[in-house]
Amino acid sequence: MLPEASTLAPSVDRIFWGLVGLSVLIMAIVGGLVFAFAIKYRRGTDAYRGPLPEWMSREVEIGWTVSTLFVALFVFWWAAAAQLPHFLLPKDALEIHVVAKQWMWKVQHPEGVREIDALHVPVGVPVKLEMTSQDVIHSFGVPAFRIKQDVLPGRYTTTWFEAKEVGDYHLFCTEYCGTDHARMTGTITVMQPEAYARWLSAQPHGEDLAGEGGQLYTALGCSACHGANARVPAPSLAGLYGSQVVLTDGSRVTADEDYLRESIERPEAKVVAGYSSTMPAYQGVASEEQVVALVAYIKSLDDRRSAAR
Amino acid sequence: MKVDDTGLLAREPDETSYLTAGTTLRSWLLSTDHKRIAILYAASITVFFFIGGAAATMIRLELFTPAGDLTTADEYNRLFTLHGVIMVWFFLIPSIPGTLGNFLLPLMVGAKDVAFPRLNLMSWYLYVTAGLFTLAALLLGGVDTGWTFYTPLSTLYSNSYVLLAAFGIFVVGFSSIATGINFIATIHLLRTKGMTWMRLPLFAWAMYATSLVMVLATPVLAMALLLICGERLLGLPIFDPRVGGDPVLFQHIFWFYSHPAVYIMILPAMGVVSEIIACEARRRVFGYQFMVYAMLVIAVIGFLVWGHHMFVAGQSPFASMIFSFLSFVIAVPSAIKVFNWTGTLYRGRIRFSAPMLYALGFVGLFTLGGLTGLFLASIPVDVHLSDTYFVVAHFHYIMVGGAVSAFFGGLHFWWPKITGRLYNENFARSAALWLFFGFNFTFFPQFILGYLGMPRRYHEYPPEFQVWNVMSSTGAVVLAVGYLMPLFYLGYSLLHGERAGDNPRDATGLEWTTSSPPPQHNFHEPPVVRSEPYAYHDWDEAPGDADETPQTDPA
Amino acid sequence: MSSTPILVEPFEEPERQREAMVFGLWLFLATEILFFGGFFFLYAVARMQDPVGFAKGAARANLLLGTVNTVLLMTSSATLTVAERAAQAGWMRGARGAILATLALGTAFLAVKGFEYREDLSEHLFPTSPAFPFSGLVGATRFWSFYWFVTIVHAIHLTIGLGCVARLLRLDLPRRWMVAEVTTLYWHFVDIIWLLLWPLLYLVGP
Repeated sequence: MLPEASTLAPSVDRIFWGLVGLSVLIMAIVGGLVFAFAIKYRRGTDAYRGPLPEWMSREVEIGWTVSTLFVALFVFWWAAAAQLPHFLLPKDALEIHVVAKQWMWKVQHPEGVREIDALHVPVGVPVKLEMTSQDVIHSFGVPAFRIKQDVLPGRYTTTWFEAKEVGDYHLFCTEYCGTDHARMTGTITVMQPEAYARWLSAQPHGEDLAGEGGQLYTALGCSACHGANARVPAPSLAGLYGSQVVLTDGSRVTADEDYLRESIERPEAKVVAGYSSTMPAYQGVASEEQVVALVAYIKSLDDRRSAAR
Repeated sequence: MKVDDTGLLAREPDETSYLTAGTTLRSWLLSTDHKRIAILYAASITVFFFIGGAAATMIRLELFTPAGDLTTADEYNRLFTLHGVIMVWFFLIPSIPGTLGNFLLPLMVGAKDVAFPRLNLMSWYLYVTAGLFTLAALLLGGVDTGWTFYTPLSTLYSNSYVLLAAFGIFVVGFSSIATGINFIATIHLLRTKGMTWMRLPLFAWAMYATSLVMVLATPVLAMALLLICGERLLGLPIFDPRVGGDPVLFQHIFWFYSHPAVYIMILPAMGVVSEIIACEARRRVFGYQFMVYAMLVIAVIGFLVWGHHMFVAGQSPFASMIFSFLSFVIAVPSAIKVFNWTGTLYRGRIRFSAPMLYALGFVGLFTLGGLTGLFLASIPVDVHLSDTYFVVAHFHYIMVGGAVSAFFGGLHFWWPKITGRLYNENFARSAALWLFFGFNFTFFPQFILGYLGMPRRYHEYPPEFQVWNVMSSTGAVVLAVGYLMPLFYLGYSLLHGERAGDNPRDATGLEWTTSSPPPQHNFHEPPVVRSEPYAYHDWDEAPGDADETPQTDPA
Repeated sequence: MSSTPILVEPFEEPERQREAMVFGLWLFLATEILFFGGFFFLYAVARMQDPVGFAKGAARANLLLGTVNTVLLMTSSATLTVAERAAQAGWMRGARGAILATLALGTAFLAVKGFEYREDLSEHLFPTSPAFPFSGLVGATRFWSFYWFVTIVHAIHLTIGLGCVARLLRLDLPRRWMVAEVTTLYWHFVDIIWLLLWPLLYLVGP
């Protein structure tokens, strides 16, 4: 049987088995009636076969139409209500970045540890996945956690889970992505927090994601304009993340990950009011992982910390 | 009448049937007779059914073992794409409308032909041309995008013959639009005297609802495929994420067609089953008007539920909620139909002929297919099940257990009318039972596989899934054998079957009032309808008495 | 009416046949509406996602040629209606003249469109052209993708329409004026689509 390895799993299974029960019931009613009628009213029996009064068939029709509608609406309410909490991302989650490409999963922990086709997570801690794809659409599916989310090129998608049982679980790519789709699999290893910490410190440590982004910030020349002492006018990045930005056409956008990413890759798309668009497009210049790092760096800048690093 | 054994083309003594009206190849290929076009369709969809079936058999054989040992990954991907494309567009969609619909609709409404006979012939030529394009794509090396052609895989990354296949599907779309226009116009304008809307047989109503969906959904697919061709051929970016295009937009457009397309496949099946059950249970259809409205409601709401294919695709949660809600709503008219078929059996006088076995099998399989649809309409359960074998099993229950069973049932039911010959009832019954068993054997284990998390379109899989895959693959072999059986006994019937009378099933529809096979112009004089369809009598009568009133007689 | 219309299987009365042809064509137009509806949906999405870039791109569309074409097509609809009425009334010379005028106007539309394409290409207004002036600007790229797609598709429709109109010249119109009626219906539809495209393509830019 499939383990219920996340906090979400029991609620999904409850609905699943509830629906199985409902299906068995309806199959039993329909199948039972078909069998009973087939036997009782087979040709040649002397069962009573008089006409049905008109009103009766109408009442019956209305009866089962209304009751089916009630059942359908009830299941909708039940399932939708169970899904609502999952739509809200937990605030204090461990944030893991996932980049999918044909045909592998590249995973990066906030401390900078990287993994391929594998993900180690601590048990009992909400984990938020920030995912994007380098080429086609993939999908991050972990049956034991009952989660699945398509990973799209040119955009971030997120999902989250909180593992509740230690163990190794399958990770499948569940959106057909070309030749080796069936080999785009991996293992999710859920560990006790202490074991996770030990594992983490034993890994070769790169710079953490934001730190790596900070280096890129200088290396790719961002600081030349966005830095504190730059001569070219460019909007400051400090405190940008999560704030409201007014654009040249007067509209407002929230500076979320997608906005930051778009503004790095295609700066002309949304230009901040008061600035002209002189920034070059970094699409194809910065790799998918570099963009992820840059976004992480910008997110790490709050008001107290200067962008001129 | 003398019984002769000289074969299909033997001439009846006193009249010319549509089969004998001309014997040259030309008289078939250039015929505008709806009955001959139906035969042309029947022959060509049979070819495609066996091509698609061969691909399915290969797929299941590969999945006997967890390792990808029979085919390479690329070959496997091409096989399932081929299977999907052929079965959806070249078998299921034209199956009942192209064959039974073309043959029966004018007969049922009492017309000489469909409204636009030449357009009807053109639709078959479009179908064949499209089929050749698709077969060309197959012979040159295949397509590896899946039948869904998701971007940017299909536009930027696939190195296979996407253009040819997409163009083939674009063309076959026109064939289904032509059929749809013809059927709607025929029903609106060519009903014979006395054939009011509420006297139309449910099969005609089913064709009407189907045609509405064909006419309104197919052009959207045409547009989506055109955009794919444009993006591949000219590089015009619409879905390309590198220039700000949205690949999910393609999914919206695609499913706006492809979900209603499911109803193009299942509505005709519902029509066929309603006819069979009423006739073989010798009973008026329970809740005729509700059946009609249910089909129309399905056709309309069918356009509003496409987003349930995209719960994990990154669409907004609000959109998912609305689509989930509407998907539950559409379950209601489908349930009504199931209850009404069951209710029709009540107080009937049931004959267990082969068509009836197919029809009863349909009711069971369609119910299970529909109920598992509720799982997929529930967002949290769908997140777990989408793109797994659960989905594969679900839609095969609807499309194979439902639509194909009904097609076979209808083929047997009207076989005497179409060919003028009877088939061997015992062989046919055994085939029906064999197929029912083989079908469940193949597809029920896939529900379990899906719940356990096995993704679809995998040619290799973790070994713990093997038990269920072996069951499913064994069932597929049983099923494949089952589909060959009708070829033999129906083929035998075609050449040596006993001659059928005009109304061997004692049914009420207008198609049974003319000779079997029907004359070239369907009726010797235009029939006049004087009663409702399904006037099978409620009371017991002395043995030997007719227990039905044909639509041409007053009730 | 000058003479009795030709009846084709399966019809027995001319009025019913006419009704069927017109009804059938309306059904076909319903599919066309859904087809172009898909394009308009794409337009709406593209414009909503980046209105500023979209307008920047649209500013480069040639308003003059677009407007000339609108006038040409509107006039052609009028001439074809004249032809259809003339055919119904049995005035064959008038019908022929009006059909020829329609053909001329339709061809002129395609010619103007051809000049416009040439000008667009010389200004590299093709999204995959290396010198595309708006590369990196999402809205403008999508505007020009849409522009090429939809105008080519419209031009194909118009070419088919020209074929249908030309066919009228070879028909026994006094007895088959119904064909003229449905041809006119189709022509008007192609015209109306252009009437929607004209503001969407040429009047959006600042």
